[in-house]
Amino acid sequence: MLNIKNLHASVEGKEILNGLNLQVNPGEVHAIMGPNGSGKSTLASVLAGREAYEVNEGEVLYHGESLIELSPEDRARKGIFLAFQYPIEIPGVSNANFLKTAVNEVRKSKGLEALDSKDFLKLMKDKMQLVKMDKSMTQRSVNEGFSGGEKKRNEIFQMAMLEPELCVLDETDSGLDIDALRIVSDGINALRDGKRSFIVITHYQRLLDYIVPDFVHVLYKGKIVKSGPKELALELEEKGYDWIKEEVEI
Amino acid sequence: MSEDLKIIDEVTSGEYKWGFVSNIESENAPKGLSEDIVRFISAKKKEPEWMLEFRLKAFRHWQKMQEPQWANVNYPKVDFQDIIYYSAPKPKKQLNSLDELDPEIKATFDKLGISLLEQKRLAGVAVDAVIDSVSVKTTFRQELSKLGIIFSSFSEAVQEHPELVKKYMGSVVPYTDNFYAALNSAVFSDGSFCYIPKGVRCPMELSTYFRINSAGTGQFERTLIIADEGAYVSYLEGCTAPKRDENQLHAAVVEIYAHTDAQVKYSTVQNWYPGDKDGRGGIFNFVTKRGLCAGERSKISWTQVETGSAVTWKYPSVILKGDYSTGEFYSVALTNNYQQADTGTKMIHIGKHTRSTIISKGISGGRSNNSYRGLVRIGKQAEKARNFSQCDSLLLGDKCGAHTFPYLECANPTAKVEHEATTSKVGEDQIFYCNQRGISTEDAIGLIVNGYCKEVFNQLPMEFAVEAQKLLAVSLEGSVG
Repeated sequence: MLNIKNLHASVEGKEILNGLNLQVNPGEVHAIMGPNGSGKSTLASVLAGREAYEVNEGEVLYHGESLIELSPEDRARKGIFLAFQYPIEIPGVSNANFLKTAVNEVRKSKGLEALDSKDFLKLMKDKMQLVKMDKSMTQRSVNEGFSGGEKKRNEIFQMAMLEPELCVLDETDSGLDIDALRIVSDGINALRDGKRSFIVITHYQRLLDYIVPDFVHVLYKGKIVKSGPKELALELEEKGYDWIKEEVEI
Repeated sequence: MSEDLKIIDEVTSGEYKWGFVSNIESENAPKGLSEDIVRFISAKKKEPEWMLEFRLKAFRHWQKMQEPQWANVNYPKVDFQDIIYYSAPKPKKQLNSLDELDPEIKATFDKLGISLLEQKRLAGVAVDAVIDSVSVKTTFRQELSKLGIIFSSFSEAVQEHPELVKKYMGSVVPYTDNFYAALNSAVFSDGSFCYIPKGVRCPMELSTYFRINSAGTGQFERTLIIADEGAYVSYLEGCTAPKRDENQLHAAVVEIYAHTDAQVKYSTVQNWYPGDKDGRGGIFNFVTKRGLCAGERSKISWTQVETGSAVTWKYPSVILKGDYSTGEFYSVALTNNYQQADTGTKMIHIGKHTRSTIISKGISGGRSNNSYRGLVRIGKQAEKARNFSQCDSLLLGDKCGAHTFPYLECANPTAKVEHEATTSKVGEDQIFYCNQRGISTEDAIGLIVNGYCKEVFNQLPMEFAVEAQKLLAVSLEGSVG
């Protein structure tokens, strides 16, 4: 599904990713861990097509097609979803209105008819249950005045609504207490259907207790320096990153 | 320039859809302004002597006045001798039914989406349509007259209800008020007149649609709304003009008089031709709008969505004379390309326990300049008066300007006045967030701007709010609509 080869990317002239390789097949969950500044969020931004991030070298293939020249909205319409680390507020625009616009744009790109209000409300009702979201949230302005937990829940709700193929979760666990973490993780797990793939970016093993990955990768200085099964995350939790750094330096 | 800025640039240089010219034969006065022209206009309208007197007094006063210079706008000096002060679609005869309306005029309004017949049937909105200077058709009159409501063109009111016109005209905006009000008082050619009798709640929205068609003319219409004790009316005003390279002057006066317990809600969607994207042409919109809350517990509410005109100079105001009276001002002003707007309100608190609310949303794109100018004055007697003002500015791109000039004069220590102001830019973060959900940058800007204006749109009657949203989208995005 996603094939990243020798990716070099920079922001403001500074190279952050240098030679990253990653292959994600349908239905797989990949966790990306690594110390601060290793390039985790940059990877998320590059995948989503954020303008300030420049790809200098390498390939990002999605279903065999290069993503690099595609606009962010076209990537989204092709099924790539980024759950933001810091969701953005849009005052005066209700969650429902925002999502209706988004859902119908995605549908349009697939040649589907726009959902009418009735079908849309029904879809919203179904998906809200996944993240135990209160109905009133749909009438509130997008993320405005939401608590940290509500914002993250709203991201997963949007993800459920848009039904993407590849979900990139950028530190979705940051700022969540245990209860919120459980709700968010349950929502994500409910969306695992054997075909949808996930890239879970996190600092902590804790999240991976709830969302069990197929693979764990360690990102360090812009490359993946170690990959392994889910147990690797436990090892990292226990020993920190120093031993990996040492391995790499040698 | 970043990609987002480029797109903002593109979408904010949209085309004006209402720029067509209708082939309506019209009868014009010779160019220029003199006592003779004033007499000519008055004679054309077969006005009584007192009306001519009013005009002449205004004209003589105007000659002694100077054009105001204090507004934050720049435009070439208007040559008042190079304007045609009277232009009427010809032939002007008494219309008994819609079928008698000049088909070309009807076609014009159909094109504008103001199908007089449709409006009448579907929306239940009574419409007065003014082309150039003359009212061409008022719908729904008979139904309204059963309730004692008078809704007609100003000229007809002068003939049929001289006592009301005489009593109220100039009582809120005297001809001495300012340069453009004086000019209007001298040469106004038509407009709408509305009287709601005691205790009557007007069952439908009343609406005036203004259209400038002829070249080289000025439009000077005058609207007078009187709500008698306990009456209620909601009034809508819309305007457009053809695309022309030269500037055209529009100097209107609107007066609202609210008696005890009366309520008037006045909504405007102003979409005069704004000029092309290089700043050529467009309407100079110099308008005096004022309401007087004369009676206790009366209420006047202005809602305006301003997207058109090359230069706008407009301050819909409320004089809160009656105790416990309320004034409101809700405004969205969007400027684009080289447009300039200096707009806001005045809330003059005279009575006790008077309240006013000001919500102003300015949006600037292109190389435009958008200023909010507002005065809140609390008089000595205005015990426990209250005002809340909120003035927000939103910038699209990096070549436009937003300015805020709030004036506050408070002569009563028991009054409470609050002012909040913010300036923000449509953030690249917000646009990217929308993009990531599959929404294009154009649509994202539309969504964000509409969200920003929501508080004001909520004040508009439903159909008008939808129209305003669409208009805003078009003003932002060009051909999308």
